[in-house]
Amino acid sequence: MPCTGRVAIIHLMKALEKGADGVFVAGCLEGDCHYQAGNLRARKRVAYVQELLKSIGMEPERVAMYNLSAGQGPRFAEICREMTERVRQLGPNPTRKNGERKEKAA
Amino acid sequence: MIMAKPKPIQEIINVIKGFDKVLLAGCNGCVAVCEAGGLKEVEILASALRMYFANQNQTIQIDEVSLTRQCDKEYLAEIKEMVPNYGAILSIACGAGVQFMAEMYSEKPVFPGVNTNFIGVTLEKGVWSERCAACGECILASTGGICPVARCSKRMLNGPCGGSSNGKCEVSKETDCGWHLIYERLKTLGQLQRFSVPNDPKDWTTSRDGGPRKIIKEVSQA
Ligand code: SF4
Ligand code: SF4
Repeated sequence: MPCTGRVAIIHLMKALEKGADGVFVAGCLEGDCHYQAGNLRARKRVAYVQELLKSIGMEPERVAMYNLSAGQGPRFAEICREMTERVRQLGPNPTRKNGERKEKAA
Repeated sequence: MIMAKPKPIQEIINVIKGFDKVLLAGCNGCVAVCEAGGLKEVEILASALRMYFANQNQTIQIDEVSLTRQCDKEYLAEIKEMVPNYGAILSIACGAGVQFMAEMYSEKPVFPGVNTNFIGVTLEKGVWSERCAACGECILASTGGICPVARCSKRMLNGPCGGSSNGKCEVSKETDCGWHLIYERLKTLGQLQRFSVPNDPKDWTTSRDGGPRKIIKEVSQA
């Protein structure tokens, strides 16, 4: 996407519904958005999805917002490791687990 | 437009959990504007509900549809073929839409997914505010275009109560005193003499006190 401002709530939800264990949005640094407030909007949407997940009994930590510039390769790698570790601790997305079980049962 | 707020998802879960197949029906009219019941909200709510039930190991099929309006039969009829396939309908239109849906598909349980709040305006993106209480006898002409029925917490008709302070209503510091607003507007319009002539007592039978209301415009009838 050209800007995290285009990340809609449904994009995050669909990723989780389809079984992603975690989703993070990597936006530009706050104050550096080419479109002024795209990354701030994305942050709000991530927070909204976190609340929604809580309301259906899922771990809000499965979605996260990070801010970094395109030039921060090492930071990106660090974020990926951080997110992977977090998700590993949470375990698999229960939506997928149940889906798999159903498929096996069928 | 009619403004609504989504119901807490647990409340929705409780009413639909006993069904195998549920049709989640949005409305692209008013409730889409206040981001409570349009196409986008249908997608998000359906996704959340599907995830919830999957996590509970419960197989409930939740399908999505979004109608142009739910307060017109023509649009409700568009889902005539679909409805028999479902055990229940979850409508996230306003209360009028939910009821019209239930009237048309009277053999199906129809549940509301939003709380309908008021007739109002979009103040800014994400902020909606009440303006009219549909009293049936508009008095805006004598109140500087600001409605005391909807915007005075006590529906006073001839000026503020003693709880008006610094332009705010005693009900909440967040709420403007409707009569303060009216006073300021009338002052701007040079119409403060309006306060020397009290409004007549309001006939509330045109409002809800007269029972459910109906409008018939003969020339428009088929
Ligand atoms: S059903 Fe309700 S929300 Fe939908 S268009 Fe009609 S009045 Fe507005
Ligand atoms: S006076 Fe009645 S019709 Fe006019 S804006 Fe107020 S509530 Fe609505």
